[in-house]
Amino acid sequence: MSREKKSNRTAGWMGIQRGHNAHPIEWLAEKFIFLVSLSAIVMVFLIFAFVLREALPVVLGKMDSAAVQPVIPVADMDKIPADELRTYLELTPEQFAKINHDTKKMLMESKVEGAQEVPDNPDAKLNTIKWRYLIFPHQWSGYAKPAYIWQPISDIKKYNIIPLIIGSVKTTIVALLFAVPLALGAAIYVSQLANPRAKEFIKPAIEMLSGIPSVVAGFFALIIMATVLQKVFGYESRLNSFVAGIALGFAIIPVVFSLAEDALTSVPRAYTQAALALGASRWQAAWQVVLPAAIPGVSAAIILGFGRAIGETMIVLMASGNASIMSWNIFDSARTITATIAAELAEAVFGGDHYRLLFLIGALLFLVTFLTNMAGELVMNRLKKRLEGKS
Amino acid sequence: MKKIIQSLCVAAAVATLGASAFAGNITVKGSDTLLILAQKWAEVYMGNHADTKIQVTGGGSGIGIAALQNQTTDLCNSSRKIKAAEIQKCIVAFNTRPTEYKVALDGLSVYVNSDNALKELTLAQVGDIFTGKIKNWKDVGGPDAPITLYSRENSSGSYEFFKEHVLKGHDFAASAQTMPGTAAIIQAVSKDKGGIGYGGAGYGAGAKHLSIKADENSPAIEPTKENVLNGSYPIWRYLYVYVNPALDKGEISTYMNWIRSDDGQKIVEDVGYFPLPKNLRSN
Repeated sequence: MSREKKSNRTAGWMGIQRGHNAHPIEWLAEKFIFLVSLSAIVMVFLIFAFVLREALPVVLGKMDSAAVQPVIPVADMDKIPADELRTYLELTPEQFAKINHDTKKMLMESKVEGAQEVPDNPDAKLNTIKWRYLIFPHQWSGYAKPAYIWQPISDIKKYNIIPLIIGSVKTTIVALLFAVPLALGAAIYVSQLANPRAKEFIKPAIEMLSGIPSVVAGFFALIIMATVLQKVFGYESRLNSFVAGIALGFAIIPVVFSLAEDALTSVPRAYTQAALALGASRWQAAWQVVLPAAIPGVSAAIILGFGRAIGETMIVLMASGNASIMSWNIFDSARTITATIAAELAEAVFGGDHYRLLFLIGALLFLVTFLTNMAGELVMNRLKKRLEGKS
Repeated sequence: MKKIIQSLCVAAAVATLGASAFAGNITVKGSDTLLILAQKWAEVYMGNHADTKIQVTGGGSGIGIAALQNQTTDLCNSSRKIKAAEIQKCIVAFNTRPTEYKVALDGLSVYVNSDNALKELTLAQVGDIFTGKIKNWKDVGGPDAPITLYSRENSSGSYEFFKEHVLKGHDFAASAQTMPGTAAIIQAVSKDKGGIGYGGAGYGAGAKHLSIKADENSPAIEPTKENVLNGSYPIWRYLYVYVNPALDKGEISTYMNWIRSDDGQKIVEDVGYFPLPKNLRSN
């Protein structure tokens, strides 16, 4: 058996290699469907390439956010070499060639005016978009001690991304702690214990949760849940990562439930029947036989739920309070990565430091969700193979 | 098909001539603060000028200015003054600075919960509260209760204005919760006994507007229309429209003049902002 033959499993050139003539339209249809399915993959790569391209100058440390920049007096305009002038005015060679002398002069004047807007602050010389300011605490002037601060619109722009990461992570953890037990419990019940009638009713009801638009869920959390939960738990800040996490939990319950239920259902019936035949109760069979067999699928469900929760935007934007505090307390307000991008991108100057930094945290988020989704899929595949007895 | 070609021709004509003699098509983009006002202006103006079409979209002042640079909008609404870096991009794009028009006044109120006994604060106290120096109401003559701060998203023009003029350039406290809009701030403050927030003076059912003293010795001023207009209320700003000077003729110029006329300024009041003083209006 040659290798070539084995790999030739598609229709080939109009099916000729396969020994019969495919209908040309069928051949076209096959290729078209192949292209369509390819487009999704291409889309993912295009998006990632775009996000990365916008973020790259920050990653490489090529941006300079220092408020104090050298200023060349307008009078010196003709004395300095053209190349130096071009870099000073931040123009591309094409732009530089296109605009005339008067316009360049106007640019020079504007630069001088810009220099007058610079705040009187000892930190104004710092390039705050360097990695050490993005990740490590720094003692800014006017602050009593080193701190992690996200204040992108400020005299001195402070871009520490750690509070945002903490905000995202803690809200997601609350969501998982709330949603996973509920969703798993429901999945075990529906797949193993419920009678067919109850199953027919419960399954679509839970899956309907995913049909609620997240902005509606967020609004509900903002107006109703925040008030009720504050009355019950008596914490101080009305909007916090606890409220957002619970609301987020409702959004991921259907994700975790569907996948876990699929995994549990795909465990062969023989497992349960064997356990029952040996005298186990239905509960014992579900808990001690089926669940362990489906563990890879269940963990994949949780991983995918995590990916969904950390990428969810609208609910956290509305219900988390959005204060960028460095605190792991779930009853403090939190600012997540997604909410930050959604709230701030609209006003960021195109191509500016803030804009690029938002893309950087976007790329970070993309990477995290991409990896978790991939891990989830891999684990899922392993489960399938195991249950089919191929490993 | 004919229609498409026709409209393409019209669009091309408008684009090349700036404004053609028979039909005006004006796009307006920018600040969300100005959105309702700009829509109202457009609506009334289109009612009187049937052959003019005005398309208004929001997105934020930064988005509007970026669109101005890319020449995808004719007028750009902004709730803040354009920055030097943005002017430079405009110069590169169309060889000159954009023209700036002041189109309305906006007073910012400081809101507290209706149950809060406090009536007035000095400007410095408001600043200290929002930077986190003052954390309890008793330090400013109120009850012994912690203060919860409600602020706007940092993309908002109100946020930047408040930071510059009330906080004197200092950062907001990290614990300040950011709300998506003025209405959300009022809603939050009305539900939170220790809450304090800020926003347009035109808004306000549900929360109490504090009177503000410019300093210790000056009288406390309520954010009413008279006080904002005569300049005695200390927290107010201009709202702007920016335009590429090359386009500022024909229909666009007529529209800009109308906005700043007495008729246009009457609408400003209806929407809840404050009209320009007489000397800044067009005749």
